[in-house]
Amino acid sequence: MTIRYETYGTLSENGDNAILVEHALTGDAHLAGYHTPEDKKPGWWEAMVGPGKAFDTNRYFIVCSNIIGGCSGSTGPRSINPDTGRRYNMDFPVITIADMVRAQKRLTDHLGIRKWLCVAGGSMGGMLALQWAISYPDSVNSIIAIATTSRVSPQSIAFNWVGREAIMGDPTWMNGNYEQQPMRGLAIARMLAHITYLSDESMRKKFGRHLQDSTDYSFEFDKDFQVESYLEYQGTRFVERFDADSYLYITRALDYFDISDTAHGDLSQTFANIHMPFMVISFSSDWLFPAYQSQELVKALLKCGIDTTYCNIESSYGHDAFLLETETLGSLITSFLTNRYVEVKA
Amino acid sequence: MKSDEELNEILFQRKDLAIIQSMIPENARVLDLGCGSGRLLKALKVSKHAKVTGVERDQQKLLQCVERGVPCIHSSLDDDLVAFSDNTYDFVILSRTIQAVRRPDLVLGEMLRIGKKGIVSFMNFGHINSRIQLMLGNMPVTRHLPRPWYDTQTIHPATICDFRDLCRKKDIKILREIPLTSRGDYLPQFAKFCPNLFASTCIFVISR
Repeated sequence: MTIRYETYGTLSENGDNAILVEHALTGDAHLAGYHTPEDKKPGWWEAMVGPGKAFDTNRYFIVCSNIIGGCSGSTGPRSINPDTGRRYNMDFPVITIADMVRAQKRLTDHLGIRKWLCVAGGSMGGMLALQWAISYPDSVNSIIAIATTSRVSPQSIAFNWVGREAIMGDPTWMNGNYEQQPMRGLAIARMLAHITYLSDESMRKKFGRHLQDSTDYSFEFDKDFQVESYLEYQGTRFVERFDADSYLYITRALDYFDISDTAHGDLSQTFANIHMPFMVISFSSDWLFPAYQSQELVKALLKCGIDTTYCNIESSYGHDAFLLETETLGSLITSFLTNRYVEVKA
Repeated sequence: MKSDEELNEILFQRKDLAIIQSMIPENARVLDLGCGSGRLLKALKVSKHAKVTGVERDQQKLLQCVERGVPCIHSSLDDDLVAFSDNTYDFVILSRTIQAVRRPDLVLGEMLRIGKKGIVSFMNFGHINSRIQLMLGNMPVTRHLPRPWYDTQTIHPATICDFRDLCRKKDIKILREIPLTSRGDYLPQFAKFCPNLFASTCIFVISR
């Protein structure tokens, strides 16, 4: 098995400053900075990771790894199956969030890290963080779970289903054995998902009813509105960087995520044997993983007597806020990590 | 603009908080409803090794709590407090907040569901200064609550007698009653006979 990872900062002598940052559905190990001067964009959480930033690389050793099932360097459905010498494609086993964490534990051991100061992540990354707390409670000192949920709701499952249907309904998908990506299907899946990352308010502010190129309606079915062009652009860009089969496998792993499975569905008992502090953060306009889902999690944590901090950040950005509300989020993370590190050292 | 509470903090070194702090035993589990920037909880954490949690609705104040290392839950006291299970705290504190919640009676009930004892401190609107202002025809504006009637979070001003009545009605036991002057000192001897007239603030310790 291959795991691609990146590290930032320096591991302290006694290894007490290591933080694992988990990426979201379509993220990767490239957390911050530029690989080459030609790179157009920095890593996906550039605003939060670096010297003097919330995940302060002067103080902490930050690790980010691509999840298994992904398509950015770690083993996934498009990897070569050593038994056949061909790509796995749909022969790749259906995996879960817990499987992804199990693979990361092997990376952790490989890096010689006994205990993470913190495991932090947003969206699916938050689920991975929660899973770490349950799977390896002795290997984690604290958890930051942002814009996430303890169990994926039927609404999210519904969106994932339609996204996969778009991919699998594309004739060029060829049961997963494509050489060229099923471009249309994957772009539609992305456009659909992208809508769920925004909010009514953010779309209204960003696009209004503005037209893209003309001054009047075309009265045809091509793109008229800015919002249409924007989605089309997002879909096209996505196909260049993400793989359709990976999208199927990862969204399926999301569907199966219910952290309370480990306690026979009783969320309030799920964290009974856990002692590490949690910080849970939601965003007021997030309708993909709405605040009530974080509050449900907070209730379960408090019931188990866990040190819990919860903030529902006021924001109009929808689910995407976890990448955009960097000021408030940065303040919370900076404070939380600083206090954790002080306590660990004491 | 600063809120009533922040102005209070500037005007006074909150002696009521010092008194509350002295009442909390070592290692107690303490929940502070409307904890502000978490000063009291931080003090309890450091001096009493208390296991503390705050509840605060103001995002900026919550950020200050987190900066202090005080675990805090972002919530309004007008929303239900079901996140907190029965009997999970030794003390639930409601300090200078009861006058600002929509239903003080329900919040008191919640406090004693969640904790064994409750500590409530509030401004006494039965104080002689308030009565004089009212007699002269205006709603009281005090040093602790300096905002005019149309621009104050105090939507349920109450007197010490009102609070006692409410406790009686709800079968809540008053274990201690500590009336204080506007400077946070204990009342002088002569005034102790009628705290409702002479106390500016009062701290109540209550239980089921």
